[in-house]
Parts: sequence; C-alpha cells; structure tokens
Amino acid sequence: MAMRRTAGLAAASAAVVLVAGCGGGGPQASGDQKLTDDKIVLGVLNDQSGVYLELSGKNSVKAVEMAVADFKAKYGDKAVTTNISVETADHQNKPDIANTKAAEMYDRRAVDIVLDVPTSSAAEKVADVAKEKQKLYFNIGAATTTLTGVKCNRYTFHYAYDTYMLANGTGRSTTEQGAKNWYVLYPNYQFGQDMEKSFSAAITAAGGAVVGKDAAPFPNTSGDYATYLLKAPTLNPKPDVLGTMQAGAELVNVVKQYNEFKLREKGVGLAVGLMFLTDIHSLTPDALAGTTYTDAWYWNFDARNREFADRFQKETGTRPTFAHAANYSAATQYLEAVQAAGTDDADTVVKQLEGKSIEDVFLRNGKIRAEDHRVVHDAYLAQVKPAAEVTEPWDYVKVLKTIPAAEAFRAPSADCKM
Amino acid sequence: MTGFLQNTFNGLVSGAFYALLALGLAVIFGMLRVVNFAHGAFYMLGAFGAYVLLAEAGVPFWWALVIMPVGLGLLGMALERAFIHRLTRLDPLYNFLLTFGLTLILQDLVKGEYGVRSSPYAAPAELNGSVDLGLFDFPTYRVFILGFAVCVCVGVWWLLGHTRVGMVVRAATERPELTRAFGINVGRWVTPVFGFGIALAALAGVLAAPMRAVNPLMGADLIIVVFAVVVIGGLGSIFGSVAAGFGIGLIQAWGEAYAPAILAQTLVFIVMAAVLLWRPAGLFGREEAPA
Repeated sequence: MAMRRTAGLAAASAAVVLVAGCGGGGPQASGDQKLTDDKIVLGVLNDQSGVYLELSGKNSVKAVEMAVADFKAKYGDKAVTTNISVETADHQNKPDIANTKAAEMYDRRAVDIVLDVPTSSAAEKVADVAKEKQKLYFNIGAATTTLTGVKCNRYTFHYAYDTYMLANGTGRSTTEQGAKNWYVLYPNYQFGQDMEKSFSAAITAAGGAVVGKDAAPFPNTSGDYATYLLKAPTLNPKPDVLGTMQAGAELVNVVKQYNEFKLREKGVGLAVGLMFLTDIHSLTPDALAGTTYTDAWYWNFDARNREFADRFQKETGTRPTFAHAANYSAATQYLEAVQAAGTDDADTVVKQLEGKSIEDVFLRNGKIRAEDHRVVHDAYLAQVKPAAEVTEPWDYVKVLKTIPAAEAFRAPSADCKM
Repeated sequence: MTGFLQNTFNGLVSGAFYALLALGLAVIFGMLRVVNFAHGAFYMLGAFGAYVLLAEAGVPFWWALVIMPVGLGLLGMALERAFIHRLTRLDPLYNFLLTFGLTLILQDLVKGEYGVRSSPYAAPAELNGSVDLGLFDFPTYRVFILGFAVCVCVGVWWLLGHTRVGMVVRAATERPELTRAFGINVGRWVTPVFGFGIALAALAGVLAAPMRAVNPLMGADLIIVVFAVVVIGGLGSIFGSVAAGFGIGLIQAWGEAYAPAILAQTLVFIVMAAVLLWRPAGLFGREEAPA
C-alpha cells in the first residue's frame, strides 16, 4: 500500500517535472529554490561484506531510502526537489578504500552528503575528504571522539554515539550502582585503546578503581580469552565486574568463554563496552542475561520507536539496530535542513544545522552542537533480559535508565578547531 | 603456580585445534603436494554445519561430531576429483590459487545464506560443568576437547604406523616416484586421503562451535596461524604438525599471560621466522631430495 502510494507520487512528480520542462521553465524557474545541481544525492558508505554488515550495512541503505520516501510523501510537490536518490558503496572497513570511495562519491557521483562510515580509522579519513571537498558528512557508525576532536571540521557531524558516551553510560552507572572494582579487557587497536581510556576515566571519576587491565591481541587469531578470564577472579582486590571492549565476533568469543569459566558464579559481573542488538541475537539472551551496556537507541523503548521498527521490519525482515535508526534520522534531518534552507549548498545547510534542536524517532532532546558538531541526544543504560522474560523475537533488552542528553556526551573538546 | 598450570592447560586446548588442523594439512600435503588453503573454510563449515543441524533439524552435538566430518570428507573427495586432481601436475601455485578461490566461494555462500553475524551454539548439557583437577577447576568442555584431540592424533599416528594404508601414505609422502615404481597404486589413495584431511578440519570445526564465535569468517584468521604451525613443524611431517600445534598453543597462552601485549600478538611469527632461519625445512621436516 505504502509502496503503491510512493510509486503514484513518483509518477505524479515526474509528470510535474515533465510539464514544467515542456513549459520551458528550466530548473531555476521556481523562484528561490536553487540546487547546486538539479538533484539531491545521499551516499551511504559502509561495510557491506564484512563484520559490520548486519549491524549497519545494506539495511542502513534501506533506512536512508525510507527517509527519502517519507520526505517525498511529507512535502509532495512543495519539496525542494523530488529528484532525490541514494548512492551506496562498500568501504570494507579499510581507510584507504573509504578515502577513495568518499572522494569518488563527492566528485563523480554528485553525492551531497556521505552517511554512516563505521570503523574509526576509515571515519577519520572521510572527515578529511569532506573537509577538502567542502561537502557534508554525517558519521553514524564510528565511535572515535577524534571526529569531534582533532579531526573536527565545518562539514563533519558525529551523529549517533562515541566512546565517551559508551564509557560514561556503562562505566559510570555501573560503578555508581556499587561495582567499584573493574577488570578491563580490550582489543589492542585504536577503538579498543580509546575505549579503555574512556572507561578508566569514567570509572575513576565515579569513585571506582581499575584493578587490572589487559590488551588482548587484535585480531585474536587463537579466538581464546581463557588467559584473561582465568586471571580476573584471582586479582587482588577481586574485581566486581569484567568490562570487555571487544566487538562483534570477538565479543561473542569473550562472552561464550566468560560463561564457560563461570565468572558470574564466581562473583565477577559483565559489562560490555559496545554492543548491538545483532550481537545479543547471536549470543542468545541467556548467555548475556544481566549484562549492562549503553545503547544509543532501542527499538522497543516506546510506541514511536516501535512504529518505526515495524515499518523497518516490513522493508528488511529484521528489527533495526541503533545504527539503522540513526541513518534514517540523519538522512531525514539533512533533507529537512535542505528544505528549510531552500538549497543544497553545503555552507548554507551547515548554518541551518548548527545549534538546531531536534526531536525525532532517533534523537530525543537532540541538539546539533555548533562548537564541535557533536549531535547530542538521550542515551540509555540497558540490561539484557534472561530468556524467560523475552516475550517476542528481538525484544532482548530492558532500559534501566535514560541518560539525559546534557550528561550523555562530553563537553566540546579543546582539540576541536573549526 | 596454579596460574601457570591453568595457562598451560589452556595453551594445550588451543593447541588441540591447531594440531587437528595442521595434521589434516600435513596429511594432504604429504600425499598430494597441495597446500590446501581451503582448510580454514572447511573448519568453518564444520562449525556452521553443527549449528544448522541443531537449529534446523534438532540434531545434537554428538551426532554432528560424526555427521559433519563424514559429510564434509565426502564433499572434499568430490572437490578433489573435480578440481584439485586436474592441477596436481602443474606448478603448486595453481592449486594454491584454486583452494584460495574455493575458500572465498565457500565463505560467501555461507555469508549469503546466513549473514556475517555469529550464530548461537551451546555446549551439550553433559559437558557444561567443571572438573576438579586437584589444584584448580576447569570447564568440562575444555578437558573433553583436549582428551578427544589427543585420542584423534594418537589414532591417526597408529593408522599411519600400523596399517597398510598408512604404509602406502608414508611411502608416497617420502618418495612418491619410488613408491609407484614398486607397483603400488598411489593414485588410488589420493582422494580418500584428501577427504580424510578435510574430515579432520570439519571435526575441529564442530569441536569449536560451543566455545568460539560461529560465523563465516571464523576460519580465515585461524588458518594463518595454522600455516605457521605447519611451517614450524615441517611441511608434510605428521609428527611435526601435531607437536608444533600443541607447542604454538602453549607459546600463545604463555605469551598472553606473561609477555607484553604487543609481543603476544606476534610471538608465533617470531618463532616461525627463527625456525626458518635455523632449520629451513621446519623442526621435524627433511629437505626434499632433488627430483
């Protein structure tokens, strides 16, 4: 039904364009509406073949397409243009490929905004490209705070989450709830090292202590974490909680083996640095029951999220992760800004976005900070439910508390010079 | 002291996987002179098959432990007949490329069907507890893996040492031309031996499913270390591959526990480089006689 309506709309707008064309009006005819070219192109650059395929990947492209369809349906022939398309490319999580693909998108595929870009090292490269090409870039998939620090620039916005948000949410809240002593295990590369620093800072600030920390090899070719898991309960003082910063398949290995060595029974709880809905699905809720983590968005948090999740499921056959919802939101807010500005000229759109307060399905109490282009919004401390409490597929989590937007993210960093 | 013993035990468990995989590679290399790059993919298929059997047909772990090695062994034999066999006369590089391509195809087939996220797989209930080993408790499943892998390695060693098939394989490994000259049909044994090597990889895969992340890329990282193991042990040396498998497992575990993080990551390859400098044919390998 929705599709038929969209198709009808597209046909109608095509007719409008045709009529306008025949009338000899040309693209500049309709008053103050001026696009740099006669179209808007959104580019989704992310991992479409590797480890981040499911948590973002092609379904994020679907989410952006949903945003475009919704925008067209909302504004109809009042839209700044109906010629909006979505381009996509696979960066394979490699910085050099991300660099080339982003430049190609901006230069040759007429892309006005690049979206998503998971993997911190790739995300940083694209920030440089956006700055050089003076085109917009909303990062959703990467966690590094450098995007709003040393790498910040006029055209780069960091949309969904970052290592500070994760550490501040999980590290601080868990410590304040009484788990004072931590053992931190992290993969030895940029993301892991950033996470370890952020967590240690958050834990100490909340009055806790890191009694031990270890850098595990990355990638961990043996797939084994027994050395660290055996060490955890023998530390003095004994840690209350193991904070693991591993992600994706490595997180799955850590959690499987955490259960194998029965650390929970030995009094060592589990906190996870970064976890997506898809990770919980892989591990099953029982393997993770009781684990706390910070989520940027949860599909079954309220009716509004649920309504989006239902539509998303119709399109993709699965429930959205926070990255999917954030891609939808980012595309929507970009199109809204172009609509409000009446142009897709990057500098004008940036002015339109800076300082704007936003309330949408993903951003609650959202605000685009002008100082460093951090998009702040409410975050959530979440806990995985035991299987007995899971009443429907994919509803694996209960939200323990909402972390208000003002507290969820760090203050603008002095490293950021716009 | 307890800590050291625990780490040692763990190293042996990791080593058990390396040993099983390296053993399969060694047997295949010995008989076919093919470096089977697809070994990691078959390890992955073993684990994935166990998951699919359980999730879609309710077949428990114990049956998977039989079904997957047999099934994949047969698939391996078919692949050997259809493809690998045709390239054995050519430069080994061709088979290297072929098996590497096979790896990519197998990985992508699984990826296309099940995606890249890891699939859940639990250990059988009877192996879920811990065993009291006197000084410390250890997960039952790990003890089982170690025992099982040692039995398999000893079994293969016995097969090679005490049966007629074993004799042919050993002879063909050492001097293929001479063996043929004695009127032994070496070709007849090539396909079954390839299948057997693949079955060992599948077995390791099923064993890994309950304790490792089951996903299409699980073999890709592991196989790099396994190649290092095979090189350290000596290409084609049966005993060498098993000994090096357990040895590397131990070195990794000790490295993670006692060496600086950056060294733990590279220790295996440092050992490999040192071994190659000191004994280019590997610890237990012998220089090939000129043809």
